[in-house]
Amino acid sequence: MSAPLTFDAVHAGDDLPELSYDVTATTIVLGALAARDWRPMHHDYDFAVNRNGTQDIFMNTPNQAAWFERYVTDWTGPKGRLGRMTFRMSGSVFPGDTMTLRATVESTETDSAGCGWAKLAVALTVAGEVKTTCSVRVAIPTDGDDNPWTRRGDQWVP
Amino acid sequence: MSTAALPPEVESLIGQVQYEEMGEFPVERGYVWTTCASVENGNPLYWDDAVAQDITNGPIAPPTMLSAWFRPHHWSPGRDVQPMPLQVHFDLKEIFGLPEAVMSDNTIIFYEPVRMGDRLRTRQILRSVSEPKTTKLGAGRFWVIDVEYLNQRDELVGVESYTGFGYRREGSPE
Repeated sequence: MSAPLTFDAVHAGDDLPELSYDVTATTIVLGALAARDWRPMHHDYDFAVNRNGTQDIFMNTPNQAAWFERYVTDWTGPKGRLGRMTFRMSGSVFPGDTMTLRATVESTETDSAGCGWAKLAVALTVAGEVKTTCSVRVAIPTDGDDNPWTRRGDQWVP
Repeated sequence: MSTAALPPEVESLIGQVQYEEMGEFPVERGYVWTTCASVENGNPLYWDDAVAQDITNGPIAPPTMLSAWFRPHHWSPGRDVQPMPLQVHFDLKEIFGLPEAVMSDNTIIFYEPVRMGDRLRTRQILRSVSEPKTTKLGAGRFWVIDVEYLNQRDELVGVESYTGFGYRREGSPE
């Protein structure tokens, strides 16, 4: 995990460090069960192939969200606080894939409550093909004393 | 999404709160650690109590775990039927006779942090259903469902919005 980030160090156009990971059947099954997703397409090869028509079991949505969260907070440090994530899946992630997460800072803003936000465009690719894109709005401490996690009510506008 | 030409039983569901229910168990750290392990998330908020106390006034769950807290047990005593999470999604599959489905888009908005011991309540709201569409998966319809999450203090902790596509594979029987 990198050092905690402050808002003044974040600029539109910045690239986040890349993360690559070799996906196995254990990755898929562990992720699904951690999310309490018992549906067979995430652990049963025969069901996934012959019922769903996919090439193998595949990573479920909540586990992809967990991967995106880990990726973003690796960059922000623990004071980074997710506000919003929107993701679109255009393909699936299967055992044997090497998935790569990359992100660019699209924009930054300080809202009326003084919270510093970065909007990130994150992409999960396999062999250069985009499988999922994710737009992330994340709060970043404005300075060493700020802590977005203390914001509540109208001070927190995700 | 257009709601033109929808069956009345579907049109009447749009905007209605459905399936308001409590999670089956309190938020607990075992699943937090298993989830962090599944993605190798070393964020000290979830592993170091001193950091959690300093930053979030005690341990919290990763925000993206929201849906985990309302997924029913795979089995429990005396229950004959496996309840479906996101039941509205499965209702629509049934109504339209679409045996397969995938989720395409998902938006999550995070509000109050989820803390250990919280008992979350959820409610589902159907937002829209598309006209019939054909994709490479098959012929079917898209729909958007919101799931709102509240804690035991009635504070909103998050809203998830799902876009699903229910479909029938080409050549599969009606």
